[in-house]
Amino acid sequence: MPALFFIALGGLLWRGLYLDTRTLPSMLIDKQMPKFSLETIGGDIVTNEDLPEQIFLLNVWGSYCLPCLVEHPTFMRLSEEGEIPVVGINYKDRNDLAKGWLETNGNPFAYSIEDENGRFGIDLGVYGAPETYLVDSEGVIRYRHVSVLDETVWLEEFLPAIEELRLESN
Amino acid sequence: MIPELGQFSLILALCLSILLGTIPIVGAEKSNALWMSLARPLAAGVFVFLAVSLVLLAYAFVTDDFSVQIVAAQSNSLLPMRYKITALWGGHEGSFLLWTFMLAGWMLAVSIYSKSMPVQFVARVLGVLGVLCVCYILFMLATSNPFDRVTPLPPVDGSDLNTALQDFGFIVHPPTLYMGYVGFSVVFAFAIAALLSGRLDSAWARWSRPWANVAWAILTIGIALGSWWAYYELGWGGWWAWDPVENPPLITWLFGTALIHSLAVTEKRGVFKSWTVLLAILAFAGSLLGTFITRSGLLTSVHAFASDPTRGVFILGILLLTVGGALLLYAVRAPLMKSNLGFSLVSREIFLLINNVLLVVSAASIFLGTLFPMVYQALTDDLISIGPPYFNAIFVPLMIILVVFLGIGPMSRWKKTSMEYLIRQVSRVFLASLFLGLCLPLVILLEFSLAATICVSLASWILLTIGKDLKNKLANKPSLRSGLSSLSSSYVGMVLAHTGISVMLIGAGLTTYFSLERSILLGPGEQVELGSYAFIFNGHEEIRGPNYIGDRANISVLRNGSEIEALYPERRIYLASGTPSTEMAIDAGLLRDLFVTLGEEKEGGSWSMTVYVKPFVRWIWLGAIFMAMGGTIAAIDKRYRLLRRRKIEKSKEREVAADLAAT
Amino acid sequence: MRRMSFNNLFLTSMSVFLLITQPNIYAQVDTFEFDNDEQQGRFRQLSNELRCPMCQNTNLSGSTGGVAEDLRREIHRMILEGMSNEEIEQFMFERYGDFIFYRPRLRAETILLWFGPLLFLIIGGFIAYGIFRRANSVDRVTVDLDEEQEAKLNELVGK
Repeated sequence: MPALFFIALGGLLWRGLYLDTRTLPSMLIDKQMPKFSLETIGGDIVTNEDLPEQIFLLNVWGSYCLPCLVEHPTFMRLSEEGEIPVVGINYKDRNDLAKGWLETNGNPFAYSIEDENGRFGIDLGVYGAPETYLVDSEGVIRYRHVSVLDETVWLEEFLPAIEELRLESN
Repeated sequence: MIPELGQFSLILALCLSILLGTIPIVGAEKSNALWMSLARPLAAGVFVFLAVSLVLLAYAFVTDDFSVQIVAAQSNSLLPMRYKITALWGGHEGSFLLWTFMLAGWMLAVSIYSKSMPVQFVARVLGVLGVLCVCYILFMLATSNPFDRVTPLPPVDGSDLNTALQDFGFIVHPPTLYMGYVGFSVVFAFAIAALLSGRLDSAWARWSRPWANVAWAILTIGIALGSWWAYYELGWGGWWAWDPVENPPLITWLFGTALIHSLAVTEKRGVFKSWTVLLAILAFAGSLLGTFITRSGLLTSVHAFASDPTRGVFILGILLLTVGGALLLYAVRAPLMKSNLGFSLVSREIFLLINNVLLVVSAASIFLGTLFPMVYQALTDDLISIGPPYFNAIFVPLMIILVVFLGIGPMSRWKKTSMEYLIRQVSRVFLASLFLGLCLPLVILLEFSLAATICVSLASWILLTIGKDLKNKLANKPSLRSGLSSLSSSYVGMVLAHTGISVMLIGAGLTTYFSLERSILLGPGEQVELGSYAFIFNGHEEIRGPNYIGDRANISVLRNGSEIEALYPERRIYLASGTPSTEMAIDAGLLRDLFVTLGEEKEGGSWSMTVYVKPFVRWIWLGAIFMAMGGTIAAIDKRYRLLRRRKIEKSKEREVAADLAAT
Repeated sequence: MRRMSFNNLFLTSMSVFLLITQPNIYAQVDTFEFDNDEQQGRFRQLSNELRCPMCQNTNLSGSTGGVAEDLRREIHRMILEGMSNEEIEQFMFERYGDFIFYRPRLRAETILLWFGPLLFLIIGGFIAYGIFRRANSVDRVTVDLDEEQEAKLNELVGK
């Protein structure tokens, strides 16, 4: 008996080694984007009404965040090639630093919502930049990726998800 | 060159331990005296070469040899010397070498203090320990070599020891914890040797007991040191966090506690044999599981080393091989074990059995809570957290029941006790404990609290039953002195350890329920009141240490208007890594600790800070000291030494006889 | 403290051994004002029993991470607005899921967790009963062997 139990435990521990315990699943999948009315970095007021009426990405970024710099080229390419609109959330950052960061590195975002105290981030269930949400044309969150979104992640996670969404709406 | 010598020495230790893990065991099987006699010298050899390895690695740290990877990662030229040396165990590789060295140390101790045991038995014990050495050294060489060099170019300076570890606690806690942990390998080896020989008898229990007691005492101290360190270093007044890495030592400790009690029954009465063997295996499994969890990154913990699945797989392999093998052997041999004596439903055996069940159930529950998030994730793909609220809800009630039985157990007799006798013995004690539990908190705290009543009642229950038992024992003795000196040291050890539980209970309970804390912004000259104390912030100054800069606040503590203490909490920035850290200031006392954690400077020269009053918190660690003393005293019981003395006397007689014959 | 990104945190944690993550040793001191002690107590309890979502394994009150700071501020706000503990917990659940609770909620999936200890106690009771039975039944059978075994034992122990 103890020996059998132990073997089962061994299998479980082995399985446990390959689990990712650091990526929290989002609670907002298949839920409407939370209501907001906030300023962009540029100073315009935006609300849910102003979100793109098509599938788009919502990227949580900050000028202090090194991994954001790593994923930046992917977002630049996506917006330059017009593949998908990207809305930014400038998360817990200072306005001048954020502007400077965009000036130096380029601005892939349609606009960046300013979330200086992280309150909107809480409504989204954000727990660390960078995070990227895939939102459909109805404003429903369909997918979340935590940490760097590079070309591999784009090809392997986002493209299939977007394809699926397109099929669904047709 | 020196690090390569260290590695070479490690490889030599591996070779010797391979021999140790095979020849004596085979020799014992074949009753080959020569092969068996190799066990002791081989064990000494493994110890020497591991010691050389360790010293050479320490040398690399002392001489700032940043071409060695772990020196570059864990040390820095500015580091004070005591931390340069101890930085050795500041990471996975070095600490595992220390772990293995500890095992070799225990092995050497066994080979020295085993003169009274049969050669065959010693050969098997050392052989099993040799197998463990092989596993550990192979693991090091294969996945985590402490002597790895930085290629191609060594850095100019090291990236420094984690600032959180630059503390006295780091010097003493890991070695003590490891030593206690690894000590259970010895008891495990004794159990395996007994299983291999097929003779699980009182002799085996008698030989194992001192080792189990000592390992348990050291583990107690190791865990207590960790708790004490966390308390003064983390700065929020906590002394136990139920973190996945703290839990395995506690699980091991609980199994170990069950084991030392069960061993007592096995030695004295010859019952519970297979149960005792199982506990020895479980305690060892607990220690390996701790290694596995810490070093594989299996669970998210504040403690974890760098996570690396290959290491995890390797340790899992070791776990399967040793514990799995042991359980298999157990499954084959355990049914053959027979108890020779029965006992009645009310007897000391029964109380010790209840003790064992409660301890093992608590250990199993903590194990469940520790691993459940992983099971949950594997099944549902969702994450769940299990923390202090869960563990407290499970552990505290179990301990309360345990303590109730703890009071009665020592008063009961072996084989059979009459219920009426027990009730007569404890009824007044029981009422007195309740009375004390109700009154003492009222007198001291001036308010009624159920938690305090339960806590004080239980603590007095332990002490009063001990007192009553002592009184019974001394009643027929001519004088107090002769009575006291007639007590066996294992009895004295038990009394001390149980007193320790009582002391710890007071500490844990009262600290948890009656601590005060307040976070506040104070400008120079302002004060905050907490309980009967007032903390006045007198201002701050800039400070500069050997490898850090920072600020130090000056705070006076007043009680009833007169100053009783000045506290100097600090906020530091370590230069090498740029990490900030807080050093709280504690005024420790037997009845209460006062401490202050410094926050940040805000506008107008005011600082945010948290002040705490923690009643009886020292009693937690004081209790652990009592327990460890108890374990040690029980281990040096005359019974165990008597055998050796007798042997010496015998050999002397023989000498005399030989002298006589010669003349 | 400038917020540390998730990956950053992961990297720093690589070097960490035994006790504390880097962000954690930088003890956290908030100076929220409350209307009364009851609110203060609830705040302390909630921030002790809720887990910081970005940290390794610490509660909100013991963590200096950006999100933990924000969540403490939110708890403070909600308490002042008169929300009950249940409402605050629901707020957290809707955003961060079960992960945020250190006290797992009792649901079908967590039944084993909450009642496991009771199950262990029952199994333990059965095992103990088994040991008791076995010790007593064997008693009568092997009584004859006792002396021989005793002698052997004494010889082994060296008496």
